[in-house]
Amino acid sequence: MMEDVEDPARWRDDREPFEECGPFGHRGTFGHRGPFGHRGPFGHRGPFGLRRPGTGGPLRRDEADRMVGGVAAGVAEWKGFSVNTVRIVFVLAAVITGGFGVPLYVAGWLLIPGAGEDRSIASRARSDSAGIALAAGLATVFGFILFVAGVFKEGWPSGWAWPQVFTVAGLTLIWRNASPDEQATLRRLVEPLSAVAGPVRPNRSSAIRLTLAGLLVFGGAGSLASEHESLALLRPLGGALLVIAGIVLLLGPWWVRLGRDLVLERQARVRAEERADIAARIHDSVLQTLALIQRRADDPAKVIQLARLQERELRAWLFEGRSPGDADADVTFAGGVRQVQQDVEARYGMPVEAVTVGDCELDENLNALLAAAREAAVNAAKWSGASVISVFAEVEPDSVSVVVRDRGKGFDPSVVPEDRKGLAESVHGRMTRRGGTADVTSAVGEGTKVTLKMPRSATPAGRP
Amino acid sequence: MTGVPRVVLVDDHGLFRSGVRAELGRQVEVVGEADDVQPAIEVISSVLPDVVLLDVHLPGGGGQAVVEAVKSVHPEVRFLALSASDAPEDVIAVIRAGARGYVTKTISTSELADAIRRVAAGDAVFSHRLAGFVLDAFAASADSGPKPSFDPELDQLTSREREVLRLIAQGCTYKEIARELYISVKTVESHVSSVLRKLQLSTRHQLTRWAAERRLT
Repeated sequence: MMEDVEDPARWRDDREPFEECGPFGHRGTFGHRGPFGHRGPFGHRGPFGLRRPGTGGPLRRDEADRMVGGVAAGVAEWKGFSVNTVRIVFVLAAVITGGFGVPLYVAGWLLIPGAGEDRSIASRARSDSAGIALAAGLATVFGFILFVAGVFKEGWPSGWAWPQVFTVAGLTLIWRNASPDEQATLRRLVEPLSAVAGPVRPNRSSAIRLTLAGLLVFGGAGSLASEHESLALLRPLGGALLVIAGIVLLLGPWWVRLGRDLVLERQARVRAEERADIAARIHDSVLQTLALIQRRADDPAKVIQLARLQERELRAWLFEGRSPGDADADVTFAGGVRQVQQDVEARYGMPVEAVTVGDCELDENLNALLAAAREAAVNAAKWSGASVISVFAEVEPDSVSVVVRDRGKGFDPSVVPEDRKGLAESVHGRMTRRGGTADVTSAVGEGTKVTLKMPRSATPAGRP
Repeated sequence: MTGVPRVVLVDDHGLFRSGVRAELGRQVEVVGEADDVQPAIEVISSVLPDVVLLDVHLPGGGGQAVVEAVKSVHPEVRFLALSASDAPEDVIAVIRAGARGYVTKTISTSELADAIRRVAAGDAVFSHRLAGFVLDAFAASADSGPKPSFDPELDQLTSREREVLRLIAQGCTYKEIARELYISVKTVESHVSSVLRKLQLSTRHQLTRWAAERRLT
């Protein structure tokens, strides 16, 4: 009886060899949007013009493709525009509205949840009273400075600067409540300010650079301000050049680093994703087989059979690039479901009733869906104790769904720790990494139902 | 209808007939058996059972021929089709000929007895596979039909009917479906009967064409 109590937790599988990956792989893999995640400089749609149909889903900030907060990338993904078009429109809007666009962007950053999350930063920030106090305090100080400056000096660009009071307050809230990933972005953004205010690591070259830059900027500004009669045309031009040179000298190294960091960050994200994929794959195949071998240790014939099967599978994946869940190249989705059915039946001796409605070509997303469905069926075969597993797959015009159901003993989802592998990484992670969803409902004694849904990619199947 | 349903078994395998007869035991009354189309028609016409348990595959023309021949004379006799193979075009053909349900031979005894009782009571019985076929057939004809349908009411499933079929295809019992959709078992039954009617009466050629295409894949 004790075992029965423990079993529900084991249903999700409690080996965690890749613990450092965290429950759903490294932070940041959530933002990945399947085929749209790896955009070139202009996306698949070419520069600015071409518009493909939007996702139609809810508006989400796209953290995988962000420059600052991912708002522009999110809007682009949502409405189907090129992300650079949206960025240019945003910048133009900020300039035209005299700086009012900036706090609006920050508001968007606060209010739109990131991809794969269901809460916005604002909703998290509501419970952060210290952060709210800090934001209000900063805004007051900044506003006071502006007010004093406006009193003492006529023509101070306060029309541009006032909206930024809200920007400062918003950024403070974001900084306190955003994910570590986004905090890193913010830190990078404020870095030059802190460098100007007081160099953290004062070394000779940066001191010389800062001094020189300061001289150039002040010289240029003075040259611009001086109203000398002679050379009236040449002076402003020379002054402007001096200011620009000063700014480049001041901020140049930071710009270079910013660009390099962006590239590095993106590479790291891709690597983390690959790693999570490999971890899921090994969990599905090798670790599952090892678990089975342990359970069947008293049956040498079965152990040999399992080991052979696993060896074949691993070789196919390592040397031919064919993954265990994947179908053969020329197989369609319905064929893939059949293979999953046969595979689970052969390996676990558990009858699988599969019904497929409709069919379509396989792509990367649908292979992930099949692998997730296979994992759900394997879990059911191993832990549910049901006499039959039913798999229902349906291809609809805009999405493909698979429902894996058993009438076994079920488990209580609330007692399974979130960081267990099994269902969490292999099924849920696999689906969300590619923009799909996974839903598990189960109750003790009533069996388990895993519902997987994957949107179909916008490009028609069969196109290279 | 009083007591247990009276049943005729039609199957070309004697072993299967005796197996079903033994398993069903007293849950039904087996009043006749036949192993081919012609004998089946004769037996059914003479004993007039409540339900005919009919194999889809018979040597002399298939279950479809039996349904058509009997239905024209005795429309009150109800048929429950049974097969091992699940070739969609055969199943659809026998349903369209007039069978009130379809189950696979892998069905458990208690479920089979239950299905027979349902059919005897005038309800429809869909196996999970048949539900899948029907969803497929109506979906395929809905988006690939260049021809406008003659009767949209018959040629399309309502979203509720689709939901019920999906759950049947997932292996749910009527009771589970009723609980999941917050409706009564009676309503589930009426949805299934309505799907059966559409399946039998829809005049579109897409249904048959779809079945033929399925064969190729």
